[in-house]
Amino acid sequence: MKADATLDCIGLYCPMPIYNTAKKLKELKPGQVLEVLADDEGIKEDMPAWCRTTGNKLLGIEEENGEYKAYVRKAKKGV
Amino acid sequence: MAEKVTLVVFSGEMDKAMAAFNIAIGAASMGMEVSMFFTFWGLNIIKKNKGSIKSRGMMRKMLNFMNRGGSKRLPLSRFHMLGLGKWMMGRLMQDAKFPSVDELIATAKEAGVKFIACTNTMGVMGLSKEAFIPEVDSFGGVAAYLAEAKEGRVNLFV
Repeated sequence: MKADATLDCIGLYCPMPIYNTAKKLKELKPGQVLEVLADDEGIKEDMPAWCRTTGNKLLGIEEENGEYKAYVRKAKKGV
Repeated sequence: MAEKVTLVVFSGEMDKAMAAFNIAIGAASMGMEVSMFFTFWGLNIIKKNKGSIKSRGMMRKMLNFMNRGGSKRLPLSRFHMLGLGKWMMGRLMQDAKFPSVDELIATAKEAGVKFIACTNTMGVMGLSKEAFIPEVDSFGGVAAYLAEAKEGRVNLFV
């Protein structure tokens, strides 16, 4: 998937991946896509939950060799 | 208006403090307005690490000597084993690059989490505002907590 920016959260545990995602997304414009790399499995549940709550759109999570790539599209009125 | 989250941090142990800060940081990351009320043993988490804690009266001096507190002195709630357990846990957390209590405090503040110290316990223990880290936003009582908790969607006691 194509992304406008990438955030590396490899080696970080909850709650840092979503904390960093929230911080990084502030730098992006609405409609832009952020790619989040993580290896904490919690991301599979946390990123969808974070997106539901904040109103940003989760485009998908890809898994490969214990590493995850989550794609989040920034909403117009997201947090 | 943002949804509110409140945490009463009653415990003064490292592991419980970490759980409280994790939830607070997570909630703030989700766009919620978070307040942490530190009371009783929980005040130890937000005491300054350096210097002595000044208080009046022999019993209070004794209490504050034995219950010095400070983010770097917090015991584990289990397996503390005179500090050996804490040392081991600290090593494991360092290896896993897990943030320390100090780093969690800094992150929570950066995320906009409000710290409130309970004046009631401060009075009982003879603690002045100077005993606490500058990250503490305000000093209040149970009404200050309840006014926030009444509007809170998530209210936790740690």
